[in-house]
Amino acid sequence: MTEDLRQDTLYQLDHVSKSYTRGKERVDIFTDLTMQIGRGEFIAIMGPSGSGKTTILNLLGGIDRPSAGEIAFKGQRIDNLGQGKLATWRAHNVGFIFQFYNLMPTLTAIENVELPLLLLKMSGKERRRRAETALDIVGIADRAGHKPRQLSGGQQQRVAIARAIVADPAVLMCDEPTGDLDRESANSVLETLQLLNTELGKTIVMVTHDPAAASFAKKELHLDKGRFVEREALA
Amino acid sequence: MNRATLVRKSLFRKKVRAILLILSIAIAFFIFGALGAFYKAFNSGVEVAAADRLVTVNKINFTVTMPLAYQARVAQVEGVRNVSHASWFGGYYQEPQNFVQTFAVDPETYLIAYDELTLPPEQREAFLTDRTCLAAGRALANQYGWSLGDRIPLLSNIWQQQDGSSAWDFTICAIFDADDDAVPTNYAIFHYDYFNETLAFNRDQLGWLIVSTTDPALNAEVSQAIDALFANSPAETETTTEAAFTQAFLEQIGNIGLILTSVIGAAFATILMIVGTTMVLAVDERTKEIAVMKTLGFTAPSIFAMTLGEVFLLSLLGGLIGLGLAWTLVSLAAESLAGFIPGLGISLDIALIALALMVGLALLTGLLPAMRAMNVQISTALGKL
Repeated sequence: MTEDLRQDTLYQLDHVSKSYTRGKERVDIFTDLTMQIGRGEFIAIMGPSGSGKTTILNLLGGIDRPSAGEIAFKGQRIDNLGQGKLATWRAHNVGFIFQFYNLMPTLTAIENVELPLLLLKMSGKERRRRAETALDIVGIADRAGHKPRQLSGGQQQRVAIARAIVADPAVLMCDEPTGDLDRESANSVLETLQLLNTELGKTIVMVTHDPAAASFAKKELHLDKGRFVEREALA
Repeated sequence: MNRATLVRKSLFRKKVRAILLILSIAIAFFIFGALGAFYKAFNSGVEVAAADRLVTVNKINFTVTMPLAYQARVAQVEGVRNVSHASWFGGYYQEPQNFVQTFAVDPETYLIAYDELTLPPEQREAFLTDRTCLAAGRALANQYGWSLGDRIPLLSNIWQQQDGSSAWDFTICAIFDADDDAVPTNYAIFHYDYFNETLAFNRDQLGWLIVSTTDPALNAEVSQAIDALFANSPAETETTTEAAFTQAFLEQIGNIGLILTSVIGAAFATILMIVGTTMVLAVDERTKEIAVMKTLGFTAPSIFAMTLGEVFLLSLLGGLIGLGLAWTLVSLAAESLAGFIPGLGISLDIALIALALMVGLALLTGLLPAMRAMNVQISTALGKL
């Protein structure tokens, strides 16, 4: 692997397997998976239910660890990190966007965005400034003082995106980010993600069932029976 | 926003529930503060009792008198430094409800025995020489607005004069203080001779002896010697330390310590169950939020600390409100009860015990929910990412 290639590779998965034990039965989600994800990619992972989409997202996001194989991020293994170190790694490197937004109902929009910054060393003023900037990027600065229940689904997802990018992570993990939105709001959220990818260089890994949503990605990966089938997106 | 804001907002996510919990904790600490203040005031006599002071009473009962001659005989016992005596007058001022704790005493030896009582030299001299002088404690004088030179008739609901009157006339010639706030000054003393010579009955008798020893180490020996002196006499005695005597007197009312512990224990056990259960439920209902926080990078120990912090905040808020209410009530009551229960107030040690209880309550009720929060599994709680 050349030096240039190594620099362009964000994730390197080598012979990764993941299995669960359900009762006495062992269930293999996938075996011997090897793949790379480059910097600045926008990948949509599609596939039928139970194909392992969420599992792969969990592994890439450092929420779960493989049963076998290695996962490296920027050349450093993350599969062998302890829970505490993995949490710190997530705080610095990964932003998460959920289907149902998962904002804290007791906090205002700007406080929700500030939340990941509590894990980084910075002053209260700096936290507030960065949260305002993140809200501004996703076009919802005027709702900064609103609680989640005072916002529409699309607005809540924008706040969630702001929360995901506020710590300036290299990669965003999106799990069905438009699954709970109407088409108009969904397109608006996907355009924002596209913008974050093209303008800010964020690497995005998105799990979706929706082909229209997947069309916003640069690359689509179809997961079937634990294997990826790749095809370049038309968009 | 900082972590403290996060903790506060989590606690008040359901305002009514949080307020009710705070109120329940406040009630428990109110009970603790108020009862603790009364207990402390009742027991102040035990705490300020001098180590070298003994009290000799009639073996039958401390309300039964003894011959006046006992004073001189006890003074001869080896190890005795000073012997004084006092008799219960049981007085009231103007109306029976204006109760005044009054004792007929041997002035000179009494002031030696109770050297913690302080009064200016000229007032001390006046008290020693004027047979109709009433030396009033500062708290008592303040209660009735008495000042030096006031002529005060005190009536007894026990004793009568030879002329059939139950009123004795006094002049306030001394007002004494104490060098320690815990020493009561809610009573008055006057000359035993003035009392004795006017009595219609039970003359030359005394209520109890106050015996000062030369060394507290001799207390047991001196007590035995005194009681042996009057063994098999018509008025046998029982001598104990002043602290033991005061304690025994208090126990006639009831085991206040046990009552207090039982009431407070019941209140805290109830609060423990209520707060503990509610906090477990409160954590369970936001498992998903905790999972999201962990996903964002909050470590298990930080989740543990924040959940425990919530319970600490709850406990401190409730505890301080309850203690504040108790302080207000006790302060109001202290003025009107100064004559009966001197030194009533929430002392520093009560406040410190209350703080320790707040911490204990928070730990007991917070550890389980904090551990449950810490152990939330992201993938299980979110179902998917």
